[in-house]
Formats: sequence, C-alpha cells, structure tokens
Amino acid sequence: MLLAKADVQKVARLARLAMNETEIESARSQLSGIFDLIAEMQAVDTQGIVPMSHAQDVSQRLREDVVTETNQRELFQSIAPQVESGLYLVPQVIE
Amino acid sequence: MLNSSLQQLGSALRAKKISSVELTQLYLDRIASLNPALNAYITTNASTSLAQARAADALLAGSKAQPLTGIPIAQKDIFCAKGWRTTCGSKMLENFIAPYDAHVIAQFNNAGAVNLGKTNMDEFAMGSSNETSYFGAVKNPWDRNAVPGGSSGGAACAVAARLCAAATGTDTGGSIRQPAALCGISGIKPTYGTVSRYGMIAFASSLDQAGPMARSAEDLALLLNVMTGFDARDSTSLPRDKEDYARDLNKPLAGLRIGLPKEFFAEGLAQDVAGCVNAAIAEYIKLGASIVDISLPNSKLAVPVYYVLAPAEASSNLSRYDGVRYGYRAPEYSDLTEMYEKSRAQGFGAEVKRRIMIGTYVLSHGYYDAYYLQAQKIRRLIAQDFDYAFKQCDVIMGPTSPSTAFNLGEKGDDPVQMYLSDIYTIAVNLAGLPGMSIPAGFGSNGRPVGLQIIGDYFAEAKMLNVAHKYQLATDWHTRQPNGI
Repeated sequence: MLLAKADVQKVARLARLAMNETEIESARSQLSGIFDLIAEMQAVDTQGIVPMSHAQDVSQRLREDVVTETNQRELFQSIAPQVESGLYLVPQVIE
Repeated sequence: MLNSSLQQLGSALRAKKISSVELTQLYLDRIASLNPALNAYITTNASTSLAQARAADALLAGSKAQPLTGIPIAQKDIFCAKGWRTTCGSKMLENFIAPYDAHVIAQFNNAGAVNLGKTNMDEFAMGSSNETSYFGAVKNPWDRNAVPGGSSGGAACAVAARLCAAATGTDTGGSIRQPAALCGISGIKPTYGTVSRYGMIAFASSLDQAGPMARSAEDLALLLNVMTGFDARDSTSLPRDKEDYARDLNKPLAGLRIGLPKEFFAEGLAQDVAGCVNAAIAEYIKLGASIVDISLPNSKLAVPVYYVLAPAEASSNLSRYDGVRYGYRAPEYSDLTEMYEKSRAQGFGAEVKRRIMIGTYVLSHGYYDAYYLQAQKIRRLIAQDFDYAFKQCDVIMGPTSPSTAFNLGEKGDDPVQMYLSDIYTIAVNLAGLPGMSIPAGFGSNGRPVGLQIIGDYFAEAKMLNVAHKYQLATDWHTRQPNGI
C-alpha cells in the first residue's frame, strides 16, 4: 500500500511534526512498507470478538475525591523551557 | 565479588566483609574504565550513588538491612528518579531532571539499594538494537560489532559486562527478553499490572511492563520481590497480596509439562539458535520434564497487531512533549503551532517520529475500526491461543529471538526487518503474560542465545523455578565476555 503524499502531509500536521519534502518522501516509502506488514491482519475474520484492552479485564478503580497532590509549582517550573512570574511562556495565541 | 549472586553480596554486606561504599566504588571504577567503549550508561552520578551507599552502610550497621540493602543497581533511563537526569534515550529529555521518583525507584530506595546510574536505551524504548538512542548505540560486550538488543540494551550490557550487580528494564514488545538473550543474561517481564508503571515514561501503556535483568533466575526473584506490588497511582496496577518469588526456586521439575509451539520453530529461525534451544529442552527432559506439542495459530499476527496498537498508544502518550512544561523547545519559531511542530521535529529521532506517524494515521478519522479495533480483537484471539495452550502445559518454551545479535548498522535502514526480530516476544505482551529469557548457549558466531520461557498469568514463581533448576544443571549463565 503506497500512501499518498497528501496523506503523509496530513498525518504530519495532525501529529505536530514539521517535515520537509525529503522527509515526507522518505516517511512515505517507509510507512508504506509498515502498512504492508499491518495489512496481514485485515483479512482475519473477527466477527463477534470483543476487543481486548487489558489482559485481566479489570474495571477502572475509583477513589475518594480528595486532594492527594501537593503544590510543587517551583520545582516543576524549574525544568520548563521558559517561565516568567510563575507562568509558562508560549508565543502569543490571542491577538 | 563481581560474579557473586545478590544473595551472596547481601550476606557479605551484612557480615561486613565489604561495605556498600566499597562495592559501589568498585562498580563506579569499572564504569569509568569500560563505559566509554560500551556506552551502557547515559548518566552516572558518583556523589549521589556514594551518598546512598553510605546510608546503606548505616542501615547495615544496625538491624534494619533488607536483602538488597547496599547493592548497586543500574536503572533504565526510562524510570524517573528524583534529582537524576532522566532522558529516555531522547534529545527531547536531554536536560530533564526528574522531579519525583518512579514507583520502581522508590521501591529500590526503600529496600536500601544504591542507584548506580541510568542505562542507555532505544529512544522512548522504541527499538530492538539500541541504535535509536540519541546518546549513541550500546555495544554488545560479547562482540563490539554486534548490537546488544533493545530497548533495554544498556541494562543488558551493564549486567553482562559486570558494570552493576543487577539492573532494571522495561518490556513493551520484548525489550527485556530480547536484549537479555543477545547479551547472555537473564531477564523477566512479569504479568502485566504486577509492577507499577508510575513514573516509568510511557510508550504503549497497555503493553509496557517493568522487570528485572540479572545474571541468574535466583537474582531475578530477589529483585521481583522488591519491584512488584500494588500501587494506586497506576490505574492498571493489580491489587494482589505480596508474594515471595523465591519460594519455589528449588522445587523438582519432575512432571513439568513444557509446551513447544510449532510456530516458534518454523521458517525464519536460525539453525544455530534452534540447536541451542533444542539442547536446552533435552536438558529439561533429563530433569524430568515432558514435552507437549502445541500451536499458537494467531501468533503470526502478533507483529502486525503490535505495530498498530503500540504506535497508536505511543502517538497519544508522546503528544505531551510540546516544548511547554518540560523537555526540548526549538530555538526559533514564529507562532505556537510552529513551536510545537519544530520542537517535536527536532526533539524526536527518526524511529519515534515514524511510530507517531503510524499511530496518528491508524487513529485518524475513518481508520479507527479498520486498524485499532481490528487489532484489539485479534489481540484477544492471540490471548485465547495461550489460554488454550496452558490447559495442556505448565510453561511454554522456545527461542527468544530468531537469531543471535546482528551487527550494528545491519538493519538500520529497514524498519520492518528490525520489527521482525521481536517475532517471538510480542505475542506475550499482547496477552499480558509473563515471559523470560535465560542464557542457553552460543551461536555459530560465538554470540549468546536465549531460551524464552512463557508462563500463565501470575506464574512468575514457577517460571523462576523452571529457570533456576536449569541454571543449577548448566553453566551458560555463568559465562562472561572476554576483556571485561
């Protein structure tokens, strides 16, 4: 299955990955090879099979709605790329 | 000292024949001399390790010592350890200092073990050769032209080269077992949900499972005792009573039924690997086991199913790396979208980007049913094959990897060939079963061969028993590479 160039560009955009022309072309041929591998599973009859997400079929645990985390803003912000006055800085998003 | 079991090391420490500081320094010196060539560690921090060793010596002087108190353990660089640089093998996290401890790290700290350093790995655990690490490939200590396997290649190399007493790894599709096989050591991936994933940097959450890597099954049991246990901070952690994984080590194997799946011995398995695995099975028959021929008819679908599910989950998990709260941010950008796109493009390596792309594609509008849902359904078929098999046998055996370690660079350009090196390990993750690899000889090129042992859910103690009895009868696990 050879993916269309437009498909690869769309996926790169959805995944927020900047890619130049050469990278798009190389991704296109490598992804196509991988999708050929994946295609083997498409012929399998899975009618009536329940999808499996966890081996033990456990259900989501619930807990009391109480505060369990303490505020560690300074520690967490010490590893951020850009902060100012306790805020994370990003390019302006609202004009 | 370097070839002592963890039990022996613990006894020596408690008897004051050696101090934890001396033992830690011994390993730090070995790392300083051997790591430049092997590249097993990304980060060491001698002063922090030695401070932990001094604290351990204080515990050892009193009556509070536990079995692993004072023993230096290498931690895979996927586990957040407070104050330690934790990179996950990626440029994205090159300067990330973890602000908290993973559950696994906390468990080792509580046991009084020493964190000796952070081991090299494929970037975000995506790889089978360690070549995708941003920090350069690890070399196989048996042959430095060979890969150590992956993704826990640094851990496997460190154990084989005696650069630690034992190590931790994680296994999403074979990342403990395959490098253990390729480096001639022992490793076990326990039942999914047994070891908490809290603070273990996520790759594919429904498959990721941490486990120990060491020189023997006996050592693995002691390490599992520390690593396992319920943790409310991991929503898939299983609430189970603590168990002693060493309790059955010495049980006789008479009557053991070993299932051999015909699919694991078919086309694609190298002759020399098959020879070693067959010899190991013959040894088991001498120990009183019997053989049952079984079939895992859907196992051939494991690789395609895995390459839908794992990238899908990865594309979701790795969306957190946006260059805002932590991690790499591109130096130049004109707006927010460009900041995201450039930070991610520059911070992630080629294989990680490839998997994010696959995952994004299979989860995108119109494809979900055809890919993700279909893969989840086949996943159940694969698990059912094992259910059926375990009605006929107690453990399943086969090769861990289809060949011995391949050469560095050999599969670099062909992702599909690389993916196929996990053909025997992936089905175990999909089913959530425990699996292990132990040394079973050497291939025609002198590189190690691993025997894979697969158990039913929560059968770790049985598997360790099965492995230990083999290790009492053979000496493959005691062999060590030349020049180390």
